[in-house]
Order: sequence, then C-alpha cells, then structure tokens
Amino acid sequence: MNLQFTKSQQEFRQEVRSWLAANKPKEKFQSYDTQDGFNQHKDWEGQLAEAGFSMVTWPKKWGGSDRDLFDWLIFEEEYYASDAPFRINQNGLLLLGPTLMEFGTPKQKETILPRMASCQDMWAQAWSEPNAGSDMAAIRSKAIRHGDGYLINGQKIWSTRALYANWAFGIFRSDPGSERHHGLTYIMVPLDAEGVTIRPIRALNGKAAFAEIFFDDVFVSEDCLIGEEGQGWQVAMATAGFERGLLLRSPARFQKGVEKLVSLAKSNLPKLKDDPIILEQLAASWMDSQAYMLNAYRSVSRYLSGASIGAESSANKVFWSEMDLEIHTLAMRILGAEAEILPESNFWMNSSVDPDQWLDGFLFSQAGPIYAGSNEIQRNIIAERLLGMPR
Amino acid sequence: MNFNFTDDQLVFRDAVRKFLMVEAAPEVLREIWAGDAGRSPDLRRKFTEQGLTSISVAEEFGGLGMGDIDWCLIHQELGYFAVPDSLIDTAYISAGIFADLLKQNPVNASFYKNWLSKIVDGSARIAISHPVNPLVCDAAIADLVIIFSDDELHIVPRGDYEVEQSHSIDLSRRLYAIKWVPKQDTCHLKGAVVAELSERTLNRANLAITGQLLGLSQRMLDASIDYTTNRKQFGKPIGSFQAVKHHLADVAIQLEFAKPVYTRAAYSFANQQPLSTVNISHAKLAAAKTAWLSAKQAIQVHGAMGYTWEVDLQMFMKRAWALDAAWGDRGFHKKRISQHLFSDDVNLSPINNFQG
Repeated sequence: MNLQFTKSQQEFRQEVRSWLAANKPKEKFQSYDTQDGFNQHKDWEGQLAEAGFSMVTWPKKWGGSDRDLFDWLIFEEEYYASDAPFRINQNGLLLLGPTLMEFGTPKQKETILPRMASCQDMWAQAWSEPNAGSDMAAIRSKAIRHGDGYLINGQKIWSTRALYANWAFGIFRSDPGSERHHGLTYIMVPLDAEGVTIRPIRALNGKAAFAEIFFDDVFVSEDCLIGEEGQGWQVAMATAGFERGLLLRSPARFQKGVEKLVSLAKSNLPKLKDDPIILEQLAASWMDSQAYMLNAYRSVSRYLSGASIGAESSANKVFWSEMDLEIHTLAMRILGAEAEILPESNFWMNSSVDPDQWLDGFLFSQAGPIYAGSNEIQRNIIAERLLGMPR
Repeated sequence: MNFNFTDDQLVFRDAVRKFLMVEAAPEVLREIWAGDAGRSPDLRRKFTEQGLTSISVAEEFGGLGMGDIDWCLIHQELGYFAVPDSLIDTAYISAGIFADLLKQNPVNASFYKNWLSKIVDGSARIAISHPVNPLVCDAAIADLVIIFSDDELHIVPRGDYEVEQSHSIDLSRRLYAIKWVPKQDTCHLKGAVVAELSERTLNRANLAITGQLLGLSQRMLDASIDYTTNRKQFGKPIGSFQAVKHHLADVAIQLEFAKPVYTRAAYSFANQQPLSTVNISHAKLAAAKTAWLSAKQAIQVHGAMGYTWEVDLQMFMKRAWALDAAWGDRGFHKKRISQHLFSDDVNLSPINNFQG
C-alpha cells in the first residue's frame, strides 16, 4: 500500500492543470440541451480531443493519451476543480467506444473512434423501448437482413441528447422468431437516414433532454453491424462492468459538488443554527464523497493488478446515485424558500449562489437511481452475484 | 498510488482467519461469556503461539515489528470472530503506548522494555483508562492499568487499585470502575505531551474498533446470507425474495465503501499525516453506521430466531452495539469532522486528494 502519487502522475496533473488554465472557455456556456449551447460544447470537445484529453485512457491514435485509470482519476480531479464545461458525448465515449475497441473491425475503429473523441459525431444510445426498460431482453425493435444490410423497424425511448446526435447505437432483434437474449444484434444507425423520426421528450427541467426514436423501414449497410449477427446481447454485456461504471461518474464530480455545498452552508450559517440536522447531513455528504473517491482508487488498484471486478460496479451505481440525491436535496434545504426560483430568474442576478448547480442538479439527481440500470435491479445483482443469494 | 495490501499481509490475514475459525468458534465465545473471569487463558496462550501478541512490538524486543497498516486486516478478523477486548488493548494499544513512552520518557526505558517483552510472551494483560471511556475493560484481571488524565499519565499495577464491575450487554466485555490514588512513582508523563499521547492512543484505539466493526458487519451479513438461503417459506428460500435481498445488498454496499475509508485512515495515521485524526473519525463513523445497519438487517431477516439467546447472531450484534460508542461516541467523532469542514484554512478541492 502506498497512497502517494508517483512523479509521473504528478507531472501529468500539472500538464492537465496548465492546459486547462490556458484553454478553458472564459465565458459560461449555454445549456447543452439547446442548439446554441450544444454547439459551444461540441467545439470544446474538439479542443479536448486535439490535446489528447477527450478520453485520456484511449490510445493516442484515436484521440486519447494512452494513460491508465489513475491518470483518468487525476484528469477528472483537475477538470472538475477548474469548473470546465460539462461533457456531452459520454454515450459514445463510455458505452460504444469500449465495445468498438473490443468487437469492431479495424475499419470501424479507424473511422468511428477519432470522430467520436472529437465529437464530430455525436452518439445517442438506443437501448430502452417502451416495453423493455429494466427488462432489456424484452426488446422488440427489429433489424432484419435485407440485401447487403438490415432493415430496421420499431421504437426506442429515453435516448439521451438524441435531438442533437447524428448517430445512434443499440441492440435490435434480427431473428424475428427469437426470444429474450437470443437473436439480438448490435447495430449503429445514422440518425439522418430516411425513415428515422425523433420526437423530443421534455425532462423535469422542461428541456428536451432525451427523445423517442422511431424507425420506419430504415436501411443500414452491413458496416453498421458490430460483432456477429445474433450476438448482440453478448457484445453489449461484455463491456459492461467495472470500467464503464466508474467512468460514468468520476469521484471528482461529487467532491466538487460537496466543496460547493460546504461553501453554500457557510454562507447560510443562521440556517444551520435553526436546523442543526443540516450540519449532520453536510458531514455525511462529505464523508460519502470521500468514500466514493477512496473506493475508486481502491478498485482501480485492484483492477490494474489483474483482479476481476464485476458486481461491485452495481454497488458503485447505487452509492453515487443516492449520494447525488443527498447532496442536492441538502442544497435545496439550505436554500430554503429560494430553492424553487428558476435559475434564469432576475432574482439570482447579483447572487453569489450558482442556481444552475443546485436546482438543475437537484432535478437531474432524481433520475440517477433510475437510469443506467435502476437501483432495484442493481440491488438484485449485488444480492445474487456478490452475495450469492438464491435466485 | 496503490491501495492493495501486500501478499504477505494477505497471507498473514488468511492464517489468522483459519486459526480463529477453529479456536474462536461461537462455542468458545459462549464459554467465555458464561465464565466468571470472562477470559480464557488457554485462548490467550494460543493467540501468543500464533504471534498475535507480537505484531506491534519492535523486533529488538522479540516482536514482529509490524505497523498500523498490517493490523488493518487482523482487526477485521478479530471483529469477525468477536474476540474480546483484552488482546487488542494489550497487544496493539498498550504496545503502542510503551513504544511512544520509550522515546518520551527514556529514564524508565527498562520498565517499558520489560513490559514489551511480556506482551510478546503473552504473560501481560494491560488495561487502559481513558477519559473518553466511562469504564475500563478487563481491569480486574489486568497486570497494569495505564491511566490517562488531562495532564498526567500513570501506570498502576494490580493491587494498587480497586475495581467495581458493571455488566455490559456484550457479555464478553468486562467493565470496571477503578479507584486509585495518584502517586509520584506511578506517574510516567506530565504536561502537554500527555494530551498528545492521549490523542494518539485514542486514534489508534479507534483504528482497532473500526476494523472490528467492519469484521462484525461482515459476520452478521454472512450469517444472514446463510440463514436466508436455508430458511424456506412459501416453498422457497426466503433469500430469493427481493425485499430480503435488498436488505442485505444495502449492507454490502455500505461495507464495501467503508473499507477503503478505513485503510486510508490507517495509512494516514501510520504516516503521521495532518488529517489522520479526521480520517480516523470518518472511518469510525462509517464502520459504526455499517455495523448498526448490518445488525438491524440481520435480526430482521433472521425473523424470530434472531431475537433468541440461542442463535449466535446475538453475540455479534451486541458486540457491534457496544463498540459503536467505545473510544468516542458518534457526537465526539462528528464534531471532529465538522471542525475540519468549517475550519478557516480547509481546502476541499478534489485536487488535494491524498495530500495529507
């Protein structure tokens, strides 16, 4: 055990810090769920990729820096500490990217990954369907062999940022007679193809944060197939697991949130006197964010030394999503009667409070225990696979 | 950066686990509960043979010369098997105090060296009286009591103090109020250094308690998994029902996230980092919360059986409930966290991770 950063890790930290100081946008971007804001974020993603910082764990040739997961944690610490813009292409970078690296053809990797890293292509996921949520194997959308490609029909839902994406990926039923996990195929679909209709869904914050995607005889070429036909479930599951789970929510994100929360509490000291339980919850939030950070470093240590980490990522998902709820609920309580006031209101004009962070963050935190596998499903996985309880 | 324990540490842990599985089985524990002394000389002899009394003592005094991080995994095993207080108080906490006294009070070096070798050979039982604890564990059978007051440290041999027993809910805990008169020759340290050693001792004791609480949490979780796998209702193991699964999944989650908090605390204490006090209180709180939840879910999934004297679960629950407030209750430790968060020079940015 040695809980100190190596010289090379410290140097990398400095490199990231200097680059961010020199290149971080001076002005605050608009919401990424608006067209103008999306374009600002997209340009920033391009800048990151050019510096090798889009995904530091990716190979250099595909827009990364050939770094390990410790360096990724360090990058994230610097990134969040600098208050740099929100990242928008995680669906591609975290879900499709690793799948392509493992199952993609050389041509797919060369053409798709660099454009993903730089956000020239924005990716939406197309997993869930109206009747296939937690029960993903109930997928009914079809991709049927047709000439030298596939004809896609059906409907996907809860597709994050699909309104601004130009590609989607997901699994489709390629064998119409198949059931459950069998007969599914992993396919990428250009969203400007004929027969694709995207209908935005407004989220709690009123913005079109996600969408339904309808496929009506959409033809995609064979190039769009990942892995083998009928192996979609196996391909999708193979790259689930630890790395993806960790990358989705870096510890620094919550540490930064708690740092801001403590400042917010300090500027509302009278409230702490009237409602001392806030102090207790504040300490709990700080402790949880520390625990999440420490567990990330512990898991990466185990992972890099060759241990297989499986169902622990389910524990990770439950932990961060519930912590995020706690942090934002507490912020709402500290803000009290001001908490309901929308961020764009004049009320906040001369305030030191960042309303976006809290109200928008609070609304988004409600979704955490639901997306990326509901916490009920995660608890089943923990009980059955980690604890070995009977099915 | 590497959070992994070494292979040597893991091998030692495995050996201790195998040993305790046989020698500290629940039946042995029940005998200790029922006995007058509350301690088994036979078990202590076996601990000594296994090397458990030598871990902390320097090699020059016949010990293994291992440190706080080496103890981490051992404390968890001792907790898992609910080994009574006397071993830790002697072999870990007192050994630490004597090692510190050797440096701070070299005039009495031969006294400390003598007791350090007695710790190694298993012939010493040492109890500790600290202002944070209302009573003293094992004072009646101890050879010495180390007594901390605000500005003096005394070491008092048996015979020079009187004891009055109070019974604990955890029958493996033997608690005593002690009556004694300070004398010049029992005083080993005076002044500001006492507060320093007192806090160091409290921190070290909390590392021991924290590890035990984690071990206890795991034990209660294991007992619950076992019980719910075998117990059938509605024609199925009750462990197949989601409500039961989720109870235990919640324990597993808290336990996984408390472990690295604990190892970081031990690391920062061993390396005398400025935030070690905060890190230790965090670890204690996280472990206590986990143990409390583990006990709550365990008794729930054991149904009426969990409420009986007969089922072993009670021994682990009661130990967890007792250790929860030993060496500082939740208020004590939460205050240390809040003082840190609200101190003027605090910097909570993620770029400061592992900087102390």
